[in-house]
Formats: sequence, C-alpha cells, structure tokens
Amino acid sequence: MKNKLVKKEIIHPDNIFSPSIDKVGVEERVARFQSRSIKNESKLQGLKIALNMIDLTTLEGKDTPGKVKQMCYKALHLHDVHPNLPTVAAVCVYPSMVRTAKNEVKGTGVKVASVSTAFPSGQAPLDVKIRDTQFALDEGADEIDMVISRGKFLSGEYNFVYDEIAKIKETCGKARLKVILETGELATLDNVRKASDIAIYAGADFIKTSTGKIQSAATMQVTYTMLMAIKDYYDKTGIMIGMKPAGGISTSKLALHNLVMVKEILGNAWLTNEWFRFGASSLANDILMQIMKMETGVYQSSDYFSID
Amino acid sequence: MSTNLLIISQLIKMATKKKNTEQVSDWNYSPSFESASHLNLKKKYDLFIDGKWVKPSSGVYFKTINPANEEILAEVAHGNQDDVDKAVKAARKAYTDVWSIMHPAERAKYIYRIARLMQERARELAVAETLDAGKTIRESRDIDVPLACNYFFYYAGWADKLEYAFPNRKVESLGVAGQIIPWNFPLLMAAWKIAPALATGNTVVLKPAETTPLTALILAEIIEESGLPAGVVNIVTGHGDTGAAIVNHPDVNKIAFTGSTNVGKIIQKALAGTAKKLTLELGGKSANIIFDDAPIDQAVEGIVNGIFFNQGHVCCAGSRLYVQESVADLVIQKLKSRMDSLYLGNPLDKNTDIGAINSKEQLETIHKYIKIGKQEGAEMYQPKCSIPAKGFYCAPTLFINVAQSSVIAQEEIFGPVLTIQTFRTVDEVIQKANNSPFGLAAGVWTDKGSRIFNLSSKLRAGVIWANTYNKFDPTSPFGGYKESGFGREGGLHGLNSYVKLS
Repeated sequence: MKNKLVKKEIIHPDNIFSPSIDKVGVEERVARFQSRSIKNESKLQGLKIALNMIDLTTLEGKDTPGKVKQMCYKALHLHDVHPNLPTVAAVCVYPSMVRTAKNEVKGTGVKVASVSTAFPSGQAPLDVKIRDTQFALDEGADEIDMVISRGKFLSGEYNFVYDEIAKIKETCGKARLKVILETGELATLDNVRKASDIAIYAGADFIKTSTGKIQSAATMQVTYTMLMAIKDYYDKTGIMIGMKPAGGISTSKLALHNLVMVKEILGNAWLTNEWFRFGASSLANDILMQIMKMETGVYQSSDYFSID
Repeated sequence: MSTNLLIISQLIKMATKKKNTEQVSDWNYSPSFESASHLNLKKKYDLFIDGKWVKPSSGVYFKTINPANEEILAEVAHGNQDDVDKAVKAARKAYTDVWSIMHPAERAKYIYRIARLMQERARELAVAETLDAGKTIRESRDIDVPLACNYFFYYAGWADKLEYAFPNRKVESLGVAGQIIPWNFPLLMAAWKIAPALATGNTVVLKPAETTPLTALILAEIIEESGLPAGVVNIVTGHGDTGAAIVNHPDVNKIAFTGSTNVGKIIQKALAGTAKKLTLELGGKSANIIFDDAPIDQAVEGIVNGIFFNQGHVCCAGSRLYVQESVADLVIQKLKSRMDSLYLGNPLDKNTDIGAINSKEQLETIHKYIKIGKQEGAEMYQPKCSIPAKGFYCAPTLFINVAQSSVIAQEEIFGPVLTIQTFRTVDEVIQKANNSPFGLAAGVWTDKGSRIFNLSSKLRAGVIWANTYNKFDPTSPFGGYKESGFGREGGLHGLNSYVKLS
C-alpha cells in the first residue's frame, strides 16, 4: 500500500459540559416559589408586568388574515374599559401572516414575532429553514422564534444543533432570535439544561420552552432549569439572555409564580418584556379578570372580556 | 463545533446585549402576614396534671415571649418537685389502672383522635409555634405541624401490631416515661416523644422547654378534648429544675431527653445505677459533603436548607460543609448569590425565609461564635439584609477558609452559621467528616450511586441523606453516634425505646 499523506480533518467531539440536574431537588425548589404569597400592591403590579410580557399567539393551520387582524386589535386594546393597562409585548404568528400583523401593529411598539425553521417539527433541511427565516424577516418580523432539531439532539448530534442555531442567528441579523427547545420532547431536565446551554452559546437572544403543540410545555421545573442556565451564563459573561415560557400558562397565579421565580433567580432587571415573555393565548384575559377583581372587588363574567 | 460561527455569534451578542439598565421594574412582595386572629392564647397557663389544669404549688409563673418582637405572649406555671411528684403519681395510677391494661386497638383510637384534633387545629398550632419559637410560618405551617400530626398517625398504627414489630418476642411497656424536649421544634418533639410512648402502653410526664411551652400546652388542651384517660399524659412546664425533678424521680421508668450534650451528660450521670431506661438525642456538627459531580444548583439548595432551616436551630443541621476543591469556587459563588435572595424578617410573614433566633441567650451564643470565627481568621460572608430593630435576629453567615482545627468547625453553634472546608479525595473527606465528637447526620451530594453507598457505610452518623438534606418522616429512625446520643426515635426502631422485650 502506498503511504499516502492523509490530510486529517479535525473532528470536534460532540461534548457539552452542562451541570447535571436533580429532578427531585428542582421540584422542591419550585415548590418554594409556588408558596410565595403575592398580595395587594405587589399582586396588582405583578399582574400588569405579566400582561406586558405576553406574546399573544395564534399558530394554527386555519389562521387567516382576518383572525390575525382581530388578534392584533386585541393586542393593542386589551380591555379599554380600564384606562391604565399596558399592551402585550408582541404578537406571534406564522411567517405567512407576518405582513398582515405588521400592518396592524405598526408604530405601536408591539412587536411581531414569527415562528420559523419549519415550525413546529423543525424537520426540514437547513437551507429551507434559512429561507423560511429570511422570508419572515422580509415580511417585517421583528423577532424570530426558531425550533431546534430535537431528533438530532436526541441522537447526540449536539454540534449539528449548535451550528444550525448559529446559522439562523446569522440570518436574523438584528432581529432577536428566540430558540424553542420543545422541552416536552427532550424528556429530561438534564436534556433541557444541555439544550439551553447549546442555544445560548450558539447565539440565542431568548430561550423558549415549547411550541405549544406538545404536552407538557412550560412547567415551572423546566423554566427553572432554563433560568439557571441563563443565570450561569450571565455570571460568566455579563450578557443577559431572555426567557420565554410558552404553552400551558393560562392562569394569573401561574404567571405570578413565574415572575417570582425570575425575580429570585435573575433579579428585577429581567422583569421587563425585553428579557421575559409569556407565550400564551388565553392568559391575557385571566390576568384582566384578576385586575378588574382587585380594583372593583368582584369577579366579572368572562363575557365581559373580549376573546380575539 | 464551528468556531467561526461561535465567535461571530458571541460578537453579535456583545454588540447588541449590553447589560440592560433602563426600564427596570422594581417588583417587591407586599407584607403578607398569616392572621393570628384565630389563636386565643390564655393569659396564664397552669400545669396539666391528671387530666386537670392545676396551679403550681409554688404559685410561681414565668413569662414566655415572642422572640420576633420581645412581646410577652403568656404566663406559664413553673412546676417544682412537688408538682412533678403529683404528675408522676397521676401517670403511675393511669398506667396501672387504665392504660397498660387497655386493649391496644383502643389505645390506637385515642392516638388517632389526638392526630385528627391536631389537624383540625393546625393553623392555630402553626401560628402559636411561630409566635413562641420565632420560626417562620412557612416552616411551622408546612413542616412542623403536619409532621407532628403524622407521627401520631404513624404510631397509632403500631399500637395493636407490636407483636409483628418484634416477632417471637414478648413485648411489655415500661411504665411512666419522663420526657424533656427542646425549644427548636417544640410541637414536633412533643409528638416524637408522646406518640411512641402511648402506642407502646406507657404513660407520660412531659416538660417542654422554658422558652417554647405554648404548643405543648395547646396539645394538652387537645389531649383533654380527645378524652384520653386522665393522667396518661401530663404536661409540666418549668425550667431546668423541673426537668431535674423528672429525671431524679424514683418512680419514673424511662427518661427520653432531647437537647444539649452538656445536659445529656448530666442526665446520664444522674441515672447511673438506676433501673431507668434512657435515650438521648443531643447535639451535632453534621457534615454536608459536595462532590464535583453533584447537581450543583440542587446541592446549593441543600446547603441552604441544611444550615438555614429553622435559623440553624436544628440538631442535625449541615453545619460543616465540605466541598471538593475543583468546584469550591463555583459552589461558594452560587451559595453567596442564593443567600442574597433569602428574606429575613418577621416570622409571621408568609414570605419570610429566615425568622427569629429563639432567645436572647441563644443569639448571644451565636454572636460569640461569629466573633471566634473572625478571630480565627476565617473569611466571613453575610448578605446585606436589614435586621429588625426589635427581636432577636442573626443574618445567615458563612465562614470560608476554615480548618478542622478551627473552633467554629468543632463546636455546635446552633444558629445560621456555616463553615466551609475543601477536600481533594473521598478518603480525605470521610476522615474529616468523622473527625468530630458528634455523629448525628451527614449529607452526600453526588451523581454516583456507588459513591453514596460507599460513604453511607463509612460515615459514622445516625442519619445520612443523599442528594437532599433535613428530610424527616415518621417511618424513618433518627438518632446519633458518639456525643450525639443513643437510642432511636421514629420508625419501628422508635418503638424499641419504649418497650421491654423478653
């Protein structure tokens, strides 16, 4: 055999160094956040903060411009009976609905977020994902919510997942990138932590729990694990990363528990919609109902709150 | 991994994500006090002897205060030798005439009834415990009171199954049990003592600690309400002399003491040569060991729970922390950051994490040790938290750069003070953890199951927790090695302390 001079390509091992997570310990910690008692002033203030963090979302096959326009109107007029309410943070739609949404919320400060990268499964080649993202940006999206390739992640191809996120981040340019881990498919908290670290180091501006298409979604345990990844990254680099639990948060109480958790782990600096969002469709009305209850002393029927 | 992309993405991030300082909303929790309106404390409490409330023969009462604001809560009778004698006589009579000959299933019914009545008055007990002991309402509501109920439920179940607990042995009760309990878990310790004693057919004379008698007195009201035959449980409040009178009473068959090692030694000397059976649950300086493969964030929670639970007034508190050197800096950084997020303040506020120190005397002891720690040259850390002007409070405290030879790593402080030492190898940490006159508990944090088994067989401590700390359950025995005492409470083992087997 000829002794050929083989140019060896350096292959980096698919190693990532994330701390291990003890689920029982996480459950205990989360229970402590849930036992915080949020009353009076702090409750009202918390509810308003939460309202302002919502990404009002419609992600259905049957979405139409009509539906999206109505939702955008709701985003800007949550409950006009009450004069001192904030708007939501953003509306979140499919790429094909971005232009419609953008026209509705233009100049209001409410952002348009678009899902992309073959949402919700992420089962498409990279060039399709890039074009999907580019299309949403061209239509006017301010923010991109991408999904990671869970199949690749679960088969241990962490570098693939990392590189994909980095490429989409490149495509995004100035638009903020939220990376959806779809934690319901990752199954363990160890995986959630690993995926969080990959996303953060690959360039995510926000990490997000779920697409909303899979149960379970944004459990407190999962959000806690992701917040700890954000905290560790911040402690190392001084760079803030945003967090967006999405799916399953439909009550004020759960929203407040999430705020408690953000406050106690990351501090008040994260308690703005620049760094924390709720991906939710029915949360807004529950918060509105609680706010009206606190201010008038009585619960009003859900018929008094619009359902766009 | 694509290095170029990594660098690009990091650069983009640096450029777009400077630390955000504007638009910060300051969100703080409004005060959220547990209502004390359902608690009707009497102005004066007498002694509970022979099913009746009787005045102390000396006529002397002492005050019990709320350590959170130093206000007087009630006056409590100071029982003397004569009162103790009355109580022991009542207990003896109840033992001989009623309790020892009652069908065990009937005994169980009474114990169940006490547990149910405690549950019904759980909120009242929790508030009383918080007011009298300074512990947070979160702990007394979620831990002390439900756990105390569970001990009664658990031992009620054993009452008619003793022959299965000790197969092929003849099981007999002992007689009158004298029980002296500490101030750190007043109601829970009363439950730990009374429940197994009753289940095995003994009668009881119990003395609660002088700074925390109230929940034991409410328990006496509950016992009265339950219809338990008169004299089966007698509660005699008082000071050290009252306890001594119980220990030295000739007609007591068994002494169960939980408290300081010093007093434990005095009791053991006093009982030498008598036929009284003795169990002691004394001090501790328990090691909490963090290996480099541990789930670090959960371990940090375990450290916090290990030493700051109940302001560190826990005999099994994880007060000696051992961290593997390769992760020491990280653990200390995370621990400090976690301590910064603890709320210290009025124990009755539902959001308070660190309540009041139990007494002025104990606060002085803690301050003495903090001073020693500083003198020994250890590096101290305390989070910035405002200490209320009235009441007894101590900020959670950390000492770094501590050695086995440091006094603060050797002696029990019984407060929110943690010492941190580092180690390099498994053998080293086992040696260091065992290098203590105490041996009550230990914690091991690692992802390796084999390491857990290795350590738990080599650490000389009565309780070893793996990847958790300060967990209590009626089914699990609790007790110490060496100067931490002997005998076990809780679980099947706990029955053994109250029976004669032949």
